[in-house]
Amino acid sequence: MKKRMLFVCSCLAASMLFTGCGGSSAGENVELNVYNWGEYIDEDVIDLFEEETGIKVNYKTYDTNEDMYPIIANGAADWDVVCPSEYMIQKMLDNDLLLEINYDNVPNISNIDPDYMETVKGFDPDASHAVPYLWGTVGILYNDTMVKEPITSWDCLWDETYADNIVMMNNPRDVFAPALISCGYSLNSTDDAQLQEAAAKLTAQKPLVLKYTTDEVRDMMIGEKAAIGVIYSGEATICKEENEHLQYVVPEEGSNVWLDCWVIPTTCKNKENAEKWIDFLCRPEIALKNFEYIYYSTPNKATVDLIEDPEILSNEALFPGNEVLSRCETFHYLGEEAEEKYNELWKQVLSE
Amino acid sequence: MIKRWIQRFYLFFIVLFLYAPIGTLMVLSFNDSRTSVKWGGFSLKWYVRLFENETILAALGNTLLLALLSALFATVLGTSAAIAIHHMKKRRQNICMSIVNIPMLNAEIVTGIAFMLLFITLGNLLSVFGIHFEMGFGTVLIGHITFNLPYVVLSVMPKLKQLNNSMYEAALDLGAGERQAFFKIVLPDIMPGVLSGFLLSFTMSLDDFVITHFVKGLGADTLSTLIYSELRKGIKPEMYALSTIMFLAVFFVLLAVNLKPQEHSASEGHR
Amino acid sequence: MYKKSLSYPYLLWAAAFIIIPLLFIVYYGLTDRSGAFTLANLAAIATAEHSKALMLSLLLSLLSTVICLLLAYPLALILSNSRLGRSGFIIFLFVLPMWMNFLLRTLAWVVLLDTNGVIDSLFQALGLPRFKIINTPAAIVFGMVYDFLPFMILPIYNVISKIDINVINAARDLGANSFQTLYKVIFPLSLPGVISGITMVFVPSLTTFVISTLLGGGKILLIGNVIEQEFMKGTSWHVGSGLSLVLMLFIILSMVLSSKYDNGEGNVL
Repeated sequence: MKKRMLFVCSCLAASMLFTGCGGSSAGENVELNVYNWGEYIDEDVIDLFEEETGIKVNYKTYDTNEDMYPIIANGAADWDVVCPSEYMIQKMLDNDLLLEINYDNVPNISNIDPDYMETVKGFDPDASHAVPYLWGTVGILYNDTMVKEPITSWDCLWDETYADNIVMMNNPRDVFAPALISCGYSLNSTDDAQLQEAAAKLTAQKPLVLKYTTDEVRDMMIGEKAAIGVIYSGEATICKEENEHLQYVVPEEGSNVWLDCWVIPTTCKNKENAEKWIDFLCRPEIALKNFEYIYYSTPNKATVDLIEDPEILSNEALFPGNEVLSRCETFHYLGEEAEEKYNELWKQVLSE
Repeated sequence: MIKRWIQRFYLFFIVLFLYAPIGTLMVLSFNDSRTSVKWGGFSLKWYVRLFENETILAALGNTLLLALLSALFATVLGTSAAIAIHHMKKRRQNICMSIVNIPMLNAEIVTGIAFMLLFITLGNLLSVFGIHFEMGFGTVLIGHITFNLPYVVLSVMPKLKQLNNSMYEAALDLGAGERQAFFKIVLPDIMPGVLSGFLLSFTMSLDDFVITHFVKGLGADTLSTLIYSELRKGIKPEMYALSTIMFLAVFFVLLAVNLKPQEHSASEGHR
Repeated sequence: MYKKSLSYPYLLWAAAFIIIPLLFIVYYGLTDRSGAFTLANLAAIATAEHSKALMLSLLLSLLSTVICLLLAYPLALILSNSRLGRSGFIIFLFVLPMWMNFLLRTLAWVVLLDTNGVIDSLFQALGLPRFKIINTPAAIVFGMVYDFLPFMILPIYNVISKIDINVINAARDLGANSFQTLYKVIFPLSLPGVISGITMVFVPSLTTFVISTLLGGGKILLIGNVIEQEFMKGTSWHVGSGLSLVLMLFIILSMVLSSKYDNGEGNVL
């Protein structure tokens, strides 16, 4: 009797094993694997999409572009639609990892401000692989009760009075950007001497830094664990809602402006469903729902027209003026060699 | 007397050290405020929300199913291996035991990476033949079974060594088949070892993060990997509530099991 | 003869999921992107940042092993002498925490160790110096000791509790004082447990990336973090495998050491 039990159990286990491996082969046309940044959508939107189309969405998130890339590149998982930043899209294009989007299936793309489609051409020359989702800047969030004067410059990140009160981002490109800018270089620099100088600057800064983290900045700033944090603009608005002492500024030396777009990787199983998803997110009212939940700037012109609250429209973090944007720069994909250089220097800084 | 007092104090100190974080998590599960920074008053709301949180419940389901299946499978495979190894000649026995020990002694990160390389290569290989294979629940299960095996073998081995072989032979002489003799004579005697191997496997699988992290692919989030991905955005307090419930449940079960069979363990000592 | 065939499923499993995966690491570690043989991935350990990370890992893991040993040995002695030592209570006490998720347990130390956290506040209230160890190597050692202490206690306790009481009594009768008994009789007999405990603590401490991520504030790079990033951030699987091979040298070293002393008595179980 016991033996039969064991036999049944092991059969059960074995069958689980195989169905597990066989995976999503059943009902492929009704599933969509969406891979997005963490906290980057109003989850109700997913439900709405499922209700309307009958497609079941398998939604997972990643923390950085760099986490996402190897998963797509190695085919570790079959994602249908992904949302990387511009420089990563360029890298994926370089490595033939993206499919062309059929815009006939994405009629709502007409809602996207043509200016942003121009930006897309900067990294995707015929603008045929990427549909803009959200954009923003990188800046400094500070607590006005914890700093001696309003912050306007990256220099505060090297100010010893803020020792153990500074939170930095934790991926190579985002960490190097402030250092390169405050040395007076481009955040796309590949010059050895410039990068060395920036690395030395970061090494000097390390004792002052409380933590290197990208997503935790929000909680740490709200909880007043740090006075100064480098942060994405969208997070800043949410932080300010929770803690009125938090101010966001794009430093006067300039900063990074980024654009995240939906793309369809070559691992995609059902391109039409992926295009349905993209089209759905381009609808003005859906984009508005997302905007009101996550507060990142939207490239969707029709959505901006729907916003009535003047306070939001005048919010510098959400809608930076041309004066701010003119001093900002997007990241470019710098090639494998330069990427390795950044990684190596960053490891050197951390191992000091 | 002083010596005794010092000993007690030392024991208390170590137990405090081991259980302080557990106490902290329990306290946090009753914290009304969202962040772990501030105490916002007593509240049971996270316990209510826990049962509305599908992501956490799905991860819990995955975790328990994985623990159960991997422990079962490892117990069957490991027990049979232990019996076979026990009857081997010394040299072969040593070789086999070294292989058994590898997943336990090797670094988790190395085991995890090795699995990841294997599965991804396998996936690429199979896709040439048009077979679709990707990492998910199945691969995590394979990983868990593999690192559970040594725990089963090592808990069954000592029981086999204590085993009186003449009983088994007597059963055979009296006309029992090998199978019958095994299930009637051998298995009951090594049962405590088998059970502790099963329980240990279950616990190990439940607590694993590193190997799951490398082989989970896009599906199959367990509680550990879910916590790791939530880490950056701040852990949801529902998670504290869940672990408090799990911990207390196990605490009371183990307490009941450990308090009752005093005589049983005593008789085992005589064997 | 059915007993021999019993080992086949296991051996098959071991070949497929223990041996072959390790061969993959060897293959990746010894080739470059084009698949040609190279030793460059092994040599990568010599670069400044990697060797510093390895040295730091070695230092911290040695430290935590020593601390674990110092904490665990007296405890094992106390437990084996007291009535508490019986009836599975010990296993109960030290396995129970594992039912609280490992990541959460470690994370709870962030709350306790944090500046203005529980311990720091306590120190301030008592007028002691500030307790600022979070995001430093000290916090990581703390986490390692916490996470791996049971793996030191259990094998030592196992061995000590099995020492024949008559041996100790004989030593006493022959005039040894308690210190001499400990030093000359108990300690040598408990060596298998100690060695097994040392490997059980040293290897996971040396190779961890989780504890340093959780308690190091992203400021501290251990060799485990380097390898994890090589794989998960997609920098280079080849370098990652090469570094893993170097790491495995240390693991094999400690395995050889433990198998030399360990005759099966020092197992955790």
